[in-house]
Amino acid sequence: MVTSFTPYAALSGGVLIGLSAILLMWSLGRIMGATGILEGFIFPKNLDNWSWRAATLLGMALAPLIIYQVSGNFPSIQIPISTGMLVIGAFIVGVGVTLGSGCTSGHGVCGMARFSPRSIAATVTFMATTAITIYIIRHVLGA
Amino acid sequence: MKILFGLISGIIFGLGISISGMMNPAKIFNFFDFFGTWDPSLALVMAAALSVTAIGYRFILKQKLPKFEAKFFLPEKKHLDAKLLIGSGIFGIGWGISGFCPGGVLPAIFIGHLDVYIFIASLVAGILSTKLLTKMLKYQVAISQN
Repeated sequence: MVTSFTPYAALSGGVLIGLSAILLMWSLGRIMGATGILEGFIFPKNLDNWSWRAATLLGMALAPLIIYQVSGNFPSIQIPISTGMLVIGAFIVGVGVTLGSGCTSGHGVCGMARFSPRSIAATVTFMATTAITIYIIRHVLGA
Repeated sequence: MKILFGLISGIIFGLGISISGMMNPAKIFNFFDFFGTWDPSLALVMAAALSVTAIGYRFILKQKLPKFEAKFFLPEKKHLDAKLLIGSGIFGIGWGISGFCPGGVLPAIFIGHLDVYIFIASLVAGILSTKLLTKMLKYQVAISQN
């Protein structure tokens, strides 16, 4: 499935992701990492610690509705794989981000922005295994 | 105030994910498919997000405290360990198979796409079972040491 290169959307979206990370650190002293926020939402420590996470997740989920109000379209989601593969992939992501304490937003953006050696190593590692996995699936197995 | 700032941060993050196209697994697959239908968008998203965050953090983390909390909640671990690297490696395999990462899929909850709910259910199952397993292993080790 071909997708077109969208440099301006990519850059402006990236700037917004950065601004959200800045705002959350400035206001609540927290890292804008989807994994960390979700984990604390699933395993609440206390109401105070849970409620900002619930609000952040709600905010994230409201964004496509705002996009819809403005443009008349939801952001596109194209999933060129089977449901079985999606379930397996999602479960593996869950295992990986829990053991690795973070994902693309936590390690790849926030951690790397602090020049954290752990986040740099994590990001290099998952970028490499993602590329290898996609190469194997698409060009070795030919799916 | 904490809830309000959490909400606004979430909205901005979700807008960023939506606009950048990072909610779309097809774009993720194509970023990593250098030898096929390559789409470099993800690199620009990361570069922009990273530069903005790095500049912002430089100023914010020089402050004593965040605005509405008594401290900055930064990870305490400083050194690399096997768990971090193995976990990140595993995450990449799952990302490569599914094209969704947690930050890309969570903002999509209200769109009403069945695959999004399937992904999130399985993601949460992965998180829960890993937490449970690591707790059990720690318990085993604690017993064997006594």
